[in-house]
Amino acid sequence: MSAISREEVANLARLARIEMSDAELDHLSGEMQVILGAVARVQEVASADVPPTSHPIPVNNVVREDVVIPSLSPTDALSGAPASSEQRFKVPQILGEA
Amino acid sequence: MSLNYDQAIEKYEPTLGLEVHVELNTKSKMFCGCATEFGAEPNTQTCPVCLGLPGALPVVNKTAIESSILIGLALNCSIAPFSRFARKNYFYPDMPKNFQTSQYDEPICINGFLDVEIESDEGNKVFRIEIERVHMEEDTGKSLHVGGSTGRIHGAEYSLLDYNRAGIPLVEIVTKIVPNTGKYAPQVARAYVAALRDILRGLKVSDVKMEQGSLRCDVNLSLAPSGSGELGTRSETKNVNSLRSVETAVSGEIVRQANRLQSGEKIVQETRHFLEESGETRPGRSKEKAEDYRYFPEPDLVPVVPDNKWIDELRKTLPEKPADRRKRLQSEWSVPEKEMTAMVNAELLDTVEETVKLGADPTKARSWWLGEISRIANERDVVATELISVTAVAQIINLINQGELTDKLARQVVDGVIAGEGTPAEVISKRGLKVVSDDGALMKAIEDAIAAQPDTAERVRGGNIPAAGALIGAVMKATGGQADAAKVRELLLKHLGQ
Amino acid sequence: MSIRNSAAEMAEALAKKEISAVELANQHYAQIEAVDKDVHAFLHLDKAGALAQAESIDKKRAAGEKLSPLAGVPLALKDVLVQKGVPTTCGSKMLEGWRPPYDATVVAKLKDAGIVILGKTNMDEFAMGSSTENSAYGPTHNPWDLTRIPGGSGGGSAAALAAFEAPLAIGTDTGGSIRQPAAVTATVGVKPTYGGVSRYGLVAFSSSLDQAGPCARTVLDTAMLHQSIAGFDPKDSTSINHAVPDVVAAAKKKDVKGLKIGIVKQLSGAGYQKGVENKFNDAVAELVKLGAEIVEVSCPNFEYALAAYYLIAPSECSSNLARFDSMRFGIRIGDDGSKGAEEVMNLTRQVGFGREVKRRIILGTYALSSGYYDAYYGSAQKVRTLIKRDFDAAFEKCDVLVSPTAPTTAFKIGEKSEDPLAMYLNDIATIPVNLAGVGGMSLPCGLADEDNLPVGFQIMSPAMKDDRMYLVGGALEAALLSKWGKPILDFAPRLAGSK
Ligand SMILES: [Zn+2]
Repeated sequence: MSAISREEVANLARLARIEMSDAELDHLSGEMQVILGAVARVQEVASADVPPTSHPIPVNNVVREDVVIPSLSPTDALSGAPASSEQRFKVPQILGEA
Repeated sequence: MSLNYDQAIEKYEPTLGLEVHVELNTKSKMFCGCATEFGAEPNTQTCPVCLGLPGALPVVNKTAIESSILIGLALNCSIAPFSRFARKNYFYPDMPKNFQTSQYDEPICINGFLDVEIESDEGNKVFRIEIERVHMEEDTGKSLHVGGSTGRIHGAEYSLLDYNRAGIPLVEIVTKIVPNTGKYAPQVARAYVAALRDILRGLKVSDVKMEQGSLRCDVNLSLAPSGSGELGTRSETKNVNSLRSVETAVSGEIVRQANRLQSGEKIVQETRHFLEESGETRPGRSKEKAEDYRYFPEPDLVPVVPDNKWIDELRKTLPEKPADRRKRLQSEWSVPEKEMTAMVNAELLDTVEETVKLGADPTKARSWWLGEISRIANERDVVATELISVTAVAQIINLINQGELTDKLARQVVDGVIAGEGTPAEVISKRGLKVVSDDGALMKAIEDAIAAQPDTAERVRGGNIPAAGALIGAVMKATGGQADAAKVRELLLKHLGQ
Repeated sequence: MSIRNSAAEMAEALAKKEISAVELANQHYAQIEAVDKDVHAFLHLDKAGALAQAESIDKKRAAGEKLSPLAGVPLALKDVLVQKGVPTTCGSKMLEGWRPPYDATVVAKLKDAGIVILGKTNMDEFAMGSSTENSAYGPTHNPWDLTRIPGGSGGGSAAALAAFEAPLAIGTDTGGSIRQPAAVTATVGVKPTYGGVSRYGLVAFSSSLDQAGPCARTVLDTAMLHQSIAGFDPKDSTSINHAVPDVVAAAKKKDVKGLKIGIVKQLSGAGYQKGVENKFNDAVAELVKLGAEIVEVSCPNFEYALAAYYLIAPSECSSNLARFDSMRFGIRIGDDGSKGAEEVMNLTRQVGFGREVKRRIILGTYALSSGYYDAYYGSAQKVRTLIKRDFDAAFEKCDVLVSPTAPTTAFKIGEKSEDPLAMYLNDIATIPVNLAGVGGMSLPCGLADEDNLPVGFQIMSPAMKDDRMYLVGGALEAALLSKWGKPILDFAPRLAGSK
């Protein structure tokens, strides 16, 4: 079980887009250490010959026909928006590219 | 001293890789029933699913799967017996769920190829482009940046988001690395995208309009010293959105990278943006740390497991391959290679074929579309088929063949149709462009001509057939060019006992 | 007719027009008014909407229209299911003030069945927790002892039932969030087979584990509600296209003669409170008296279930909760014109999410990140396979499996909130069911000797055989009722002001 550093937690917070204070990072690094220690137990039995399960009840090929169904009205679509303008969601300036 | 293209290619060997994103032309989106019309009012084609509202769940569009399988089959791929969607996790405001539902390590089609032909110094040359994978994913919304001085992303005061495009099905077609193209790398890249576009158009799975973004190309390129057999560090140039730009992007990157290497600098593995106006690329905003997409199987969707029956049914609907079709049409129409290529390059092969299907003579169909009509289209900077319909052109050609129109008159009919004066028949009647085919009227003009030139008539009677030219000319003049010269000749000679 | 009657009895009185749906809803609102200041089961009451719905049911009934069995009966809806136009917060500050523009499939089905939705119930934020202490809007109190937790995450729904604020409730269960609250409040809750009830409109915590289900005070009421909300939904790709088993008939049958009931060896012993084990064993003895055959089964991989769960659920949640970014809905923090979208997202998520949610997002982000995926998420998915195999083997030997629902009775509010691992242990007996996608029910089996607090009895059925839980549950409930002489909730202390 490798230790998880405060820097690693800070990087995870960055990936997860959560601002964290130093105090939060300190506290969480400690907790992560304990929790990871406990959950790492899965490695004891997860041998190479065991296939992974993603869906508890296996089904395949669930599809819908290519048929248009009515969309939300723009008013409904934008109803929850913290801000909107020109029938669009208004958001703070987007810096950088995806 | 900076290297030019020829110098660059002498010193360095390029390796290509191409990723093409194709928007499928399904009626509804990838995972919801919203419409996919281009150019709709903002946020009128959205629902809880494609807005990523809490609680909403995706269901896969069957046609999108079938289109993807068709693309795979047309590109000689294997169709995976088991494929899945995954989540690609990263935050970006135009992506509603902050993950993209995309296929990752289990794509629907793998290991295909596409042969493309280019003109080389030694004649036509075929390159086999190997396809690594064809996979399904979803498009993002569109952002509009408001305020700031440049109107570009930097300096914008705020952004406005329209999610109409979010969730439109995309297929990504990824090549394996394409080695050994040498100096032809730009042409090979262009020919590949063009061939791919023809295939997709033939399959009718996409509008393939590069200018509307329904076909977008990313170009990966690396250089290594010639003969070294090494693989250099690659750059990825995004959003190359026309065939010409594909060529320019590749040659431009070759020159840029060669000059860097030449001056001892390293190539940075980075994403670059193609600038349509200048044909150059600029670096994307570099990230301090590489993004970690944390892919995992999408738990809200189930595996796609196409059986042989399904695949075979789709295979049966595959159209003829563009290359095969070209060969067939060339022989059916007895057209020289060069003219066939001209039709393909002008993107008029389909149009000519449709015109021929309506009964028009292939040679005339080709010459009208590539000649007069293309000339006008170029003048006005529009697409030929937007000027005049296939039906109108076929009607005009058929009238020429029936002797109802001369080429000269036909040009006037084409002008009239383009000017919006109506169908060919309407233009003919409004402009009074009918060939004078009434034998009575013609005979009157012939008799007048004979009466005016009795000596000439006598020579023709005596067997000097070429002398008839002067009389025919007089008749044509008298009828204002509306007579069919062949007909005039026939009547005149008969009248003079020849 | 009183608010202490069962939903089935209320339905009968409504059918006989002894009471109107409007009167019944008003009686429940009066009880909510009287006790909810102490219990805090509800986050939002939709009185206008509920009464309008009740009135329309009454009109239809007066006009002689054919109505579904539970038409006019009130219900409390867990605040994790979206209801068009009604605030839906998931117990999070992040969604404060959000009114969804659409109905969850479960909500649409409730409306179609004429069930009157009184309001939205409290829960641990985004269903992450076992005590409802993680709600951004304050904890819910257990009606048996207001200083104790009502279980979680669906503590609001369970407490509303136990406090007679509603006879029916909807919960969701990712690792025990229906069953553990049922256990500690002496109510009944069922997690159906995964895919049995649509997840469309259920705000996702862990997509491959989440399942909405019915909650009530009796097994029959639970079955009737189950029947109303279950069934294939084309909007949910993981929904099972399979006939819903006749759970109502099973609940009424009360015959377990010859049935093979398996006791899972691994779900007892260390960590289980003595009083819990005693009451569980007493209930097993009742089943023996009723003619059931007891088999001991071993499920060795259950030992790893908790670890696998605390990797899979956080991993999926780290992705599911990414959409809460303040761009399209929910609160937005720090947008003062000077900050970019990324910074505003970061600040919003810092303020909008509570501690437990952040903990799990970070844990899940770690478990999925490159270099750690195979060791954590990948290994957990393998454990899931092993647990499924354990269930398969066990169900070859018996018709249902049984265990205590939770290792302890309700603990004190605040007692475990600083120790995440201790909190996670509450779900040790319920989690294997979610990992395997099978069915699970909790029903009350008595009060623990040491603290006089309710103990839950868990029944697990194979996938798509949900009727077996109701068969065994119905029979056991009847036997225990005749043993006790009155419903278990009649042993609970009376809440101040209760009607
Ligand atoms: Zn949509």
